[in-house]
Amino acid sequence: MSEGHDHPHTHPHPNQPDIEDQPFEYYQVMVEAVGELLIDKGVFTAAELRKSIEQVDARSPADGARVVARAWLDPAYKGRLLADANAAAAELGIDAGAIPIQVVENTEDVHNVICCTLCSCYPRLLLGLPPDWYKARAYRSRIVREPRAVLEEFGTIIPDDVELRVHDSTADLRYMVLPKRPGGTDTLGEAELAALVTRDCMIGTAVVEA
Amino acid sequence: MADGEGGMSTRFRRGDRVCVRRAHPPGHVRTPFYIRGHRGVVDSVAGDFADPEELAYGRDGLPRKTLYRVRFRQNELWPGYAGSADDSLVVDVYEHWLDPAEQKTEEAS
Repeated sequence: MSEGHDHPHTHPHPNQPDIEDQPFEYYQVMVEAVGELLIDKGVFTAAELRKSIEQVDARSPADGARVVARAWLDPAYKGRLLADANAAAAELGIDAGAIPIQVVENTEDVHNVICCTLCSCYPRLLLGLPPDWYKARAYRSRIVREPRAVLEEFGTIIPDDVELRVHDSTADLRYMVLPKRPGGTDTLGEAELAALVTRDCMIGTAVVEA
Repeated sequence: MADGEGGMSTRFRRGDRVCVRRAHPPGHVRTPFYIRGHRGVVDSVAGDFADPEELAYGRDGLPRKTLYRVRFRQNELWPGYAGSADDSLVVDVYEHWLDPAEQKTEEAS
């Protein structure tokens, strides 16, 4: 065999641990217990719970990207989006939920980035589940205090003459960044524009590149 | 979103200078430590909501509280802030956490 692996195979290799090999944590137990109790009490069924989880899992940044592309192409739509993002998303058939989403627009003068220092508030119904780093203490504590250094680690350099504006959602609003439309995209249609818009562009840790 | 419409009286308006109370109550507090005692400007009125600090304990959160988006200058929040002097931070703050900036509280000085 190659790589010198020609000895009799008797020594153990470490297995990738199964989920049950990790410590079962307090909140995992709590989630299981509360879920089972609510089903036992008839508050909802197991199928309803599964459907609800599937609905959350089915959301993706593609929803937010559609909203962004439409706003780039239609100034009147952009106005409605900035005034009431939930209603503007509904125009495109996207259910953005009941929690108000505030869209913040990047311009020549302002670059926005979003975070939640207290927990992990995130516009899930437009962007899907948040990346792990968004929920990590490192991002939550550093993005408010040294946002330019954090953005540099994402490869995003914001010029000094552009105001960097961080939005910390603490409870009842969610934020989404409306990125700047890159140059050289005049001939692109809505779907092609949407394909340029990544999740991080709508968090504000990246800018859209053509 | 309606700027404080819906019959809810709002104590502050866009552009008002405000100071975040320097208080440390226990509980499900929605005002981050790093802005307590700091001055900012009301960026917008975000509407009114059942008080999340009460909802967290199974209470009804009424009366509803007005929520503001308050903008702070980064170089006033963080000593030695590395960035542009114009860099800012906007935080959602409930009305009961805000005083007019003119009425400087002794804790906030």
